Amino acid sequence: MQRSLQIDPEKCTACMQCELACSYQATESFNPSQSRIKVFMFHETARFVPYTCTQCAEAWCMKACPVDAIQVNAETGAKEVIDSLCVGCKVCTIACPFGTINYSQSTGKVVKCDLCGGDPECVKACPTDAITYVDADWTGLDKMRAWAAKTDSQSGAQA
Amino acid sequence: MKHVIIGAGPAGVIAAETLRAADARAEITLIGDEPEPPYSRMAIPYVLSGIIDETGTYLRKDEGYFDNLGVEVVQGRVEKVNPGKCSVTVNGGNVNYDRLLIASGSRAVKPPISGLDLPGIHHCWTLEDSRGISDLAKEGAKVVLMGAGFIGCIILESLVARGVELTVVEMGDRMVPRMMNRSAGNMIRRWCEKKGVTVFTSTRGDGVEQAGTELKVTLSNGKAINADLVVVATGVAPNIEFLEGSGVKTDTGILVDQYLESSVPGIYAAGDVAEGFDFSTGARTVQAIQPTAADHARAAALNMTGIKTPFRGSLGMNVLDTLGLVSTSFGLWNGVGGGERAEVIDEENFRYVSLEFDEDQLVGAITLGHTDHVGVLRGLIQTGTHLGAWKQRLMADPTRVMEAYLAATQV
Amino acid sequence: MAWHKKILRVNLSKGTCESEPLNLKWAGKYIGQRGLGTKYLSEEIDPKVDPLSPENKLIIATGPLTGTAAATGGRWSVICKGPLTGAIAASNSGGYFGAELKFAGWDMIIIEGRSDKPVYLFVQDDKAQLLPADDLWGQDVWETEEALLARHQDPQIKVAAIGKAGEIGCMYACVVNDKHRAAGRSGVGAVMGSKNLKAIAVRGTQGVPVANPAEFMAATTEAKKVLAEDAVTGQGLPAMGTQVIMNVMNELGGLPAHNHRDVQFDGASKIGAEAMILPRPDGSTNLVKNQACFGCTIACGRISKISPEHFTVKNSGKEWGASGGLEYESAWAFGADTGVDDLDALTYVNFLCNMHGMDTISFGATVAAAMELFEIGAITTKETGGIELKFGSAEALVEMALLVGRGEGFGLDIGLGSKRLCEKYSKPEVAMVVKGQEFPAYDPRAMQGMALGYATSNRGACHLRGYTVSAEVFGVPVKMEPSATEGKAEITMAFQNATSVVDSAGICSFATFAWTLEDVQKQLNADLEGDWSLERLLETGERIWNLERQFNLSAGLTKADDTLPARLLKDAAKTGPAKGKVAELGKMLPEYYELRGWTPDGVPTNATLDRLAL
Repeated sequence: MQRSLQIDPEKCTACMQCELACSYQATESFNPSQSRIKVFMFHETARFVPYTCTQCAEAWCMKACPVDAIQVNAETGAKEVIDSLCVGCKVCTIACPFGTINYSQSTGKVVKCDLCGGDPECVKACPTDAITYVDADWTGLDKMRAWAAKTDSQSGAQA
Repeated sequence: MKHVIIGAGPAGVIAAETLRAADARAEITLIGDEPEPPYSRMAIPYVLSGIIDETGTYLRKDEGYFDNLGVEVVQGRVEKVNPGKCSVTVNGGNVNYDRLLIASGSRAVKPPISGLDLPGIHHCWTLEDSRGISDLAKEGAKVVLMGAGFIGCIILESLVARGVELTVVEMGDRMVPRMMNRSAGNMIRRWCEKKGVTVFTSTRGDGVEQAGTELKVTLSNGKAINADLVVVATGVAPNIEFLEGSGVKTDTGILVDQYLESSVPGIYAAGDVAEGFDFSTGARTVQAIQPTAADHARAAALNMTGIKTPFRGSLGMNVLDTLGLVSTSFGLWNGVGGGERAEVIDEENFRYVSLEFDEDQLVGAITLGHTDHVGVLRGLIQTGTHLGAWKQRLMADPTRVMEAYLAATQV
Repeated sequence: MAWHKKILRVNLSKGTCESEPLNLKWAGKYIGQRGLGTKYLSEEIDPKVDPLSPENKLIIATGPLTGTAAATGGRWSVICKGPLTGAIAASNSGGYFGAELKFAGWDMIIIEGRSDKPVYLFVQDDKAQLLPADDLWGQDVWETEEALLARHQDPQIKVAAIGKAGEIGCMYACVVNDKHRAAGRSGVGAVMGSKNLKAIAVRGTQGVPVANPAEFMAATTEAKKVLAEDAVTGQGLPAMGTQVIMNVMNELGGLPAHNHRDVQFDGASKIGAEAMILPRPDGSTNLVKNQACFGCTIACGRISKISPEHFTVKNSGKEWGASGGLEYESAWAFGADTGVDDLDALTYVNFLCNMHGMDTISFGATVAAAMELFEIGAITTKETGGIELKFGSAEALVEMALLVGRGEGFGLDIGLGSKRLCEKYSKPEVAMVVKGQEFPAYDPRAMQGMALGYATSNRGACHLRGYTVSAEVFGVPVKMEPSATEGKAEITMAFQNATSVVDSAGICSFATFAWTLEDVQKQLNADLEGDWSLERLLETGERIWNLERQFNLSAGLTKADDTLPARLLKDAAKTGPAKGKVAELGKMLPEYYELRGWTPDGVPTNATLDRLAL
């Protein structure tokens, strides 16, 4: 069974270890600006929300790519950016309604979460289990998925 | 069931794939009129700037991809559609269909200016065009780019990357007038000027003539510029001429309903050629953008296989990289009557955000100099998320849009 | 390797921002942050300068672990000559600002001179500029942060700023970053204010490389495990925060109360960790959540919300969201020391201190001193502007915080700090300070090691310079009898040296509840180029301590400043396990000097200086 990231903001303490781990995996240096998971902080409500791509079934980014540079990893189900194909046109960055695929000015390519090939570094780095890697059926991402469906300009298939 | 698709651009290819996914046994024919395998025009500027070679523009990279998919690719120009016979005329013969998708795209059009047939004048629309430009846009060459719309600006980047001496001529009062408001469009202009590009706005080309080995471009502002190359990017028009007499209703493009079906049952349209519903206005429009082509194609293909899939309208949006200044625009970026605008502008650092609200819903946006999480603007607009208290916070600081989205949906 | 090898030098008088190479030779001798910042300051200013003059410098320094994946690697320091003390000031903060500065490619900022007009420093990776802050001057820290993020269109910008307290020269004004983290002590915010520098806003995208990535990841992963498995850092601190100490200290008779006239406080259980999680009638609690600083896997930070029904909220006439809540020292200063046991009032005062940029310890302790002055009639409602400044009055406490924050009325006197306030009203003996700086929340009569630690701390009374409480109360690393004086000189020196290393490395001293210096050494050794052995670290810690001492001696401080207020030396504790005890500093100080290799007058001998290559 494919697995996906489950995020529980309740448990997040905003320590940014996930961002450090993610950026280290990508760049071998500690650079949260290169992290594909981002923790958003809400001071007045004391909520810290780690946020990254949910590998949504709609795959807006992938479908918008004009040069087939985003492809599904058959093993993990992750939508991965193929750097050698990405031309940096950024269409995916406006197509993704979640804002989780971003253009990197330093590389001239887009970057997104690729689940680290099935062993996500953010999960290992999280000290509070706010980010876990679980069977896809078990994620609390239904809320997000529902929202994804709402974004869909096709209001759903009616056979 | 036999499906025929006219046009091998993104809309045609995605439709073919969607058809195949939905119906393993369908016959699918994809007809394109260019000699290359299906490719993306959007990638041409990156060929010009040397980031990729021509194969990098191909929509699908794997050898034998379409064969493996069971899609027959035909090269040829469709001359005629015969709805009565359920056939299209191509290469002198007829191809029959049960369902037809017209995804014939658009073509670059020339403005009514004398001398545009001279050698050294190119569009930048096809790979063939790009070869012509490559030959002339050598380092130090003098180049006039006519049109600073979306396409013009994409080419602009690659021309500068080739080291040419560039002059841009735009009829509108700012750059990218169809996707940028005055503040943003003028900021892009200043940016380009800072990078050494000469920009004339509110200016038309009056004519081009040969002047020795060079071309001489006369402008409406009285100036005349010598050029080795003139690139014309003043606009595109849907390819609908071959539909004459077919009974398929057209306006600017092919008028389609919410199922992407034309006035003739069984004939669908998608992409640049389709005049479909706009998410923001509810009116029909030709958007001619990549995400819309992809959305159209999927919905049309599903409807063609009998899976009723209403399409709620596509959101107009664009992203542009003008010499490193990344800009985006979404939806009703010019606002709505009775709505409110939140705006921050940093002239010195070329950063700009404007958000357009209708009550507490986001309906449009423009950003300049921002690359992180911009897609969420689409999400907020297209879901019609009620922002509640975050509307006021965005009025105070419109850059907090990602937080507003998370607060409205995740927290 | 850990460093970008680059310093940003900002001259406010000239309005210039320039890059210069980091002195790697000094970094090799002083590690970074506190140690290295002090080295630069010592080299660049005359220790005798007026701390609030343009000749003083303000150094913003990161450590080699700042911004890395080392747990607690979010620390940074402000180093200058402190106005409260006239001694070296090195105030340490957490939050996210320090790491961001490192990500921007700067190891350190040296700020010199004074601007004619209010300015702020905006650092965006390599680009640094001074920009007008006329519109920000007078704004509180939170407003300043919001304004800067909006102005520069980047919610990821991190801001360190002063509030009004720093602008008007409150002697214990601090520099606040990330809304509720502060370089708190010694008045470093007043120095920033004296330079007309309102804020530093930073955005960095360059990251931090380390010398040996694989070794570093292994070391930090192992060290995180140590933190997670330790009872204090793995359970106690995340769940209860530093506030867990309140009841412990009260039972030990080491909780100073009523300006150190008492060592126990009846209301302790109402203002400690347990009270913060006690449900209110509506089911809500004061504590909302715990928050980490950058890179910290402990996450001891408290985030609290005041009941909307509380008088402070109602009187303020606006809604209050959650924010940085009470740490033990703050709860003690606002609460036990002033006799106030209203938890939400203390929380409110904490918010005000963060918004206006006041050190919580010194503010609370100064109010406590003023309450004593009021009680003995040295000041009256005439001075206080009609406020009944009585021990136990939450209303009076809140009013004082508002007045200091606005720089109005008696708030200007409270802003002087205890020493100057009590001198002004001719009662210097009422000031509970060492070298002009107020005590934190441990009464040395109950923990003799702290008596020595306070007296010899290079920045005045401070618990973070040698936290012997760890040994005397918690038994870490060894259990020591709190009432004994034997062995305290040695442990104090050892703690002081080790803490100098930790404070210079970019990590948090709280990690050392679980980490040994060896755990730190492994991480530093992989982070930095060269061989950083345990021996080298120990020597470096001692070198840093002596460097600070030298600065203070050059500034004019002497052995006479290594002392405690008479109240602690002569007035015995009235209650609790330490009843009848005084602080027996005299029994420990000579031994301490000797162990340090200092003369009986507290001056490092030439042999010591040579040994440490000073």
